[in-house]
Amino acid sequence: MTDAGFSAALLDPERPVPAGLITPDGKPASRRYAIYRNNVTVGLTEALEAGFPVVRKIVGERFFQAMAVVFVRNHPPASPILAGYGADMPGFLRGLEPVAHLKYLPDVARLELALRRAYHAGDAAPIAADALAALPPDRLMRARLGLAPPVQLLSSRFAIHDIWTFNMTEGAPRPTGQAQDVLITRPSLTPIPTLIDRAGAEYVAALLAGKSFGAAIAAGGAALDLPGTLGLLLGHAAITSIDRGQP
Amino acid sequence: MGPVQAGPDHAKETQLFDMRPTPALPPLPGVGYKPQHFAAILADPAPVGWFEIHAENYVGDGGRPLAQLRALADRFPISVHGVGLSIGGEGRLDRDHLARLKRLVDWLSPASFSEHLAWSSHGGAYFNDLLPLPYTAATLARVADHIDEVQEALGRQMLLENPSSYLAFAESEISETDFLRAVSSRTGCGLLLDINNVFVSATNLRNDPRSYIDAFPLDRVKEMHLGGHEADADEDGTLLLIDSHGAPMADPVWALLDHTLARSGPRPLLIEWDNDVPDWPALTDEARKAAAALERIAA
Repeated sequence: MTDAGFSAALLDPERPVPAGLITPDGKPASRRYAIYRNNVTVGLTEALEAGFPVVRKIVGERFFQAMAVVFVRNHPPASPILAGYGADMPGFLRGLEPVAHLKYLPDVARLELALRRAYHAGDAAPIAADALAALPPDRLMRARLGLAPPVQLLSSRFAIHDIWTFNMTEGAPRPTGQAQDVLITRPSLTPIPTLIDRAGAEYVAALLAGKSFGAAIAAGGAALDLPGTLGLLLGHAAITSIDRGQP
Repeated sequence: MGPVQAGPDHAKETQLFDMRPTPALPPLPGVGYKPQHFAAILADPAPVGWFEIHAENYVGDGGRPLAQLRALADRFPISVHGVGLSIGGEGRLDRDHLARLKRLVDWLSPASFSEHLAWSSHGGAYFNDLLPLPYTAATLARVADHIDEVQEALGRQMLLENPSSYLAFAESEISETDFLRAVSSRTGCGLLLDINNVFVSATNLRNDPRSYIDAFPLDRVKEMHLGGHEADADEDGTLLLIDSHGAPMADPVWALLDHTLARSGPRPLLIEWDNDVPDWPALTDEARKAAAALERIAA
């Protein structure tokens, strides 16, 4: 019995139970093999349920379970670290006919993946709130700000922040239709998605790309609320280093 | 290959592992750690003396999992229990995964590292289950090679756990106890004896669980697992026990533990409860029963 022989039928119920697996009476161990099949599917399905609670809430428990079985069969994890399992979910949902009308669903899955990444991301101590003000303006403009490992940005054509909040928070307002940008931070140990305006998102994206403070301001453009955006980042412990560059 | 060498052979262990102080779990009840119990544990851990974590849940870069683990490890000995190395698999060990485990073990300096006589990955897919292997000369050589690789990479002894079985392989030619004894002798690894797995496998494969214990190399056992199972049936209506880790341990398994401890002497005893996890007081009730079993042999 090879591992390939044993495992081929684990995720494919159409395939026969492998030969050479026996009961104590020497009979083919069909029902017994099904225990492994069931363990594999249930275990991986549960991992997806834990990883995509909002997608699950939107499509309903029963549909999610049926959909997860299809996902597991076509996209089994490549690594034993299930915290990273489901990266293919947004693409899978994009191609899934029964949810084609929920056009925002793949972006909800993207947001849930980003929150999971933020949960497990590395730790870094934030800079002091007055550290930026202490720099001479020309030095500040050339400086590069390091952002905390959990910090991510997510842009969507949909009201992705409001959809997430509506499904996670009792009494949150119903989402409206506009495009939204979300900043993900982890001020304590719990990742938080925060709505951020377009100019603020451009500014943070430039910082994440390693651009200087001045270049990031330029990327934000005329609409950038610099004090508001910096206040958001500092308040969420999101700035962790200042590379002052050449004096 | 000739007949399997059985019997105690500690030469390799002495040579490889006596150079540094060997960390060890205390011969007390331990519990599988669940994050929802964090506050309750710090408030009142009694009678639990140590904790076990699943390695794969603690290989991220930071955040709450590692913060809680650090706080727990500052107060209690920790056992790191891997479920994803696929030691019984045909393929090479996943080097990336081994490197992750090394990073965790170096950071944490746990009292124990253990894995399973099972496989879980093949052809680039991870199945998230402990899959069985036939016991032959070829699989014995493969498992021993993989354990050598793990112990070399981690720079420490590992423990190997006996599986729960639902079926048998027609091609198997070595008993599970002989297989584990030979692996331990060849590699110097210790053994983790799961008492519930012994009971589940013996029921499912119609063997006598006490004979299994009597044939087991108990001198190599450095930890025991205790857990619950549930009853099912195969197509003939034959009783099948499922190793569910979702219930208190059954009375006959507590009796099997007594039988084992009377022969082995005291060992670290882990309460494993991974599904439908109850609140902390219910887990400490199980731990108290384990403490009582240890007291019975001391009396």
